[in-house]
Amino acid sequence: MRVVTTRSALSRTGVIAGLAVLALTASACGSSSTTATAPTTSSSSSPAAASAPSVASSSAPSASSAAPSSAASSAAPGSSTAPGSSSASGTPGDSKTATSLADFGGMDKLVAAANKEGALNVIALPPEWSDYKEVIAGFQKKYPGIKLTSQQPDISSAQEIQAADTTKGTDQAPDVFDLGAAVTLANLDHFAPYKVAAWNDIPAANKEATGLWFNDYTGVMTVGYNSDALGKDMTSLEDLKDPALKGAVALDGDPTQANEGLLAVVFASVANGGSLDDISKGVDFFKSLKAAGTLSTAKASLQLVSAGKINAIVGWSFNQLPITAAGTANGFTWKTFTPKGVNLGSFYNQAINKDAPHPAAARLWQEYLYTAEAQNFWIKGGALPILYSSMQKAGTIDTTAAKSLPVIEGEIAQMTSDQTTKANAYIKANWAKAIS
Amino acid sequence: MSATVVAPPAVAPRSGGDGRLRRMKPLLGVAPFLLYTALFLLVPTAIVVIGAFQGDGGSFTLANFSALFGQSVILEALLRSIVLSVVSAVIGAVVGAVVAYFLSTAPPSGLLRKLVTSASSVLAQFSGVMLAFAFIFSFTGRTGLVSRTLNSWFGVPEPDVNYFASLIGLIIVYAYFQIPLMVIIFLPAVDGIRPQWREATESLGGSTWVFWRRVAGPLLTPSFLGALLLLFANAFSAFATAAALVGLGSPLITLQISNALTSETGLGAPNLAKAEALIMVVIVAIVMAGYYWIQKRSSRWLG
Repeated sequence: MRVVTTRSALSRTGVIAGLAVLALTASACGSSSTTATAPTTSSSSSPAAASAPSVASSSAPSASSAAPSSAASSAAPGSSTAPGSSSASGTPGDSKTATSLADFGGMDKLVAAANKEGALNVIALPPEWSDYKEVIAGFQKKYPGIKLTSQQPDISSAQEIQAADTTKGTDQAPDVFDLGAAVTLANLDHFAPYKVAAWNDIPAANKEATGLWFNDYTGVMTVGYNSDALGKDMTSLEDLKDPALKGAVALDGDPTQANEGLLAVVFASVANGGSLDDISKGVDFFKSLKAAGTLSTAKASLQLVSAGKINAIVGWSFNQLPITAAGTANGFTWKTFTPKGVNLGSFYNQAINKDAPHPAAARLWQEYLYTAEAQNFWIKGGALPILYSSMQKAGTIDTTAAKSLPVIEGEIAQMTSDQTTKANAYIKANWAKAIS
Repeated sequence: MSATVVAPPAVAPRSGGDGRLRRMKPLLGVAPFLLYTALFLLVPTAIVVIGAFQGDGGSFTLANFSALFGQSVILEALLRSIVLSVVSAVIGAVVGAVVAYFLSTAPPSGLLRKLVTSASSVLAQFSGVMLAFAFIFSFTGRTGLVSRTLNSWFGVPEPDVNYFASLIGLIIVYAYFQIPLMVIIFLPAVDGIRPQWREATESLGGSTWVFWRRVAGPLLTPSFLGALLLLFANAFSAFATAAALVGLGSPLITLQISNALTSETGLGAPNLAKAEALIMVVIVAIVMAGYYWIQKRSSRWLG
């Protein structure tokens, strides 16, 4: 008798199992809505090769000319500090459409409007990534009335847009984005135009003319490695095939998924006689690492490096710094190596969510990011900020922080969107084959 | 006597008046469940099915499927997922069933049984990132205490970091949560086998083989197959463990789906992900259909 009952019970488990799979797969996909409009058009506005930003002469953040405007802040009724009153923050329509400080009537008015909103949602800002930890802390210290929520720090650029879509209309939606180039160009319809006070200090090639997006910082591609494990200083990328690094050379994300992984392949290509137009040499290089047995299939992480599983990472200069620091604390030496003349960068972009639940706070965050204080935090984190050269002129660079920057000889090369498209197509067709 | 006479009229009108409500009652009880299922199962499924046939603009297209079947990478991932799920399910089911059988012969309230069942309930849920890292840290490199011990005692070669990202490595890792799951879900079934049946078989002159072949085997087969299906689905839909173990390439179908959803390099294709998910649903549906067919047959020769 009991057997019979369990039998029927188990036949039910079969159904449940099936339903469970259905539910799992469905919920995994159901959360994303269709947004991808493919990186089309706007090749003109693509972040073109930007060497140390020069041009634009106008002086640093001046508290822009009065221009009374429609007095946004005073009109804003939403005043609650607690999150939960999303609809209230939607009302200051003036903040939502403000395209510069002038529209608020000056910095003080902007701060007042942002304080009234009382909250700010940032997304995908890992604390260790170009020292965002201190950037966030700096903002909180300066504007204690605004409750800053750092959502999902470890997600990708594409997921930022998905998150904005799924949370649209709620007070949980991200207010600002920090995005890679490909995702930025594919999602222009998600951004609200805004020009920060330092707008003129950002070279024309590094921003969208109406202020939909603007470059914030870039790293350069480097190889970080544990010199204790390798047993010597690296002098060429060929050293990555050294048997001492067996199974220990990692990328920070698969090139089909992460911008950083993709650029690591481009980097290897340029270093091996390829170019930004021909990344096949890079794929071949990683294929040869695979053959030599040194390529790790695990994704790079500080934990795996600390445990000695990963001893070399091809990635952004600013992501090598935290490892160097951890090495000092845990007794290993983490050095970086960049082949001479291979200066590959890729600016990330700031943009404001056009459906931001806290439009004034979002704009205040942008104003803060383009102050010398925040830019110096990025420098401290090993990233080259877009205002670097104007700050150099103004003498506002924190010289101790600047020691974190990698030595860059010559210009930093950047992929154009056409080159990125081409590289993606090549990766899609060849990467999986090369490393499996 | 008088009480029994009085009672019926008092009861009758109530039952008559509430007839409809009473019939509604069970429905009311399951309403939250139905609502829950609709929200978290039917709606997402509909989104997946519809999305799988939509282009970026929302129009009807089969392009997602031609993209899916046109990419050897995705098909290989699908195949690898199936192999991984089948092998890990079979290993889990066989080993788990044996363990469950031995447990069923132990005293029901004994320490051994309590220990193994509670450990199994915990380990069956022990998957995802923590399991992946548990394996990496216990079996590889400087911190690999287990692998080092095995190496120095028995000469077992130490695996490198990449080992657990390979198919065989993944099977080993998956077996770690498949076996305990089997123990939990199969134990009630083997508990149902009464010692008396065995005695009856023996008194009728049957050997141990005959008992398993003619009595216990047929009785347990449906439960075993049901459990096997559950394990298959469990491995087939698993994502986090593999995602933590494999950083380069997307060798499993669940990783391919994630890739299509999250790619920030311009290779993202949410609707392709939905098409891939739909294929997964279809595969599980096929497996379930096969399971019912077998069950029907087995119940025929059971009856």
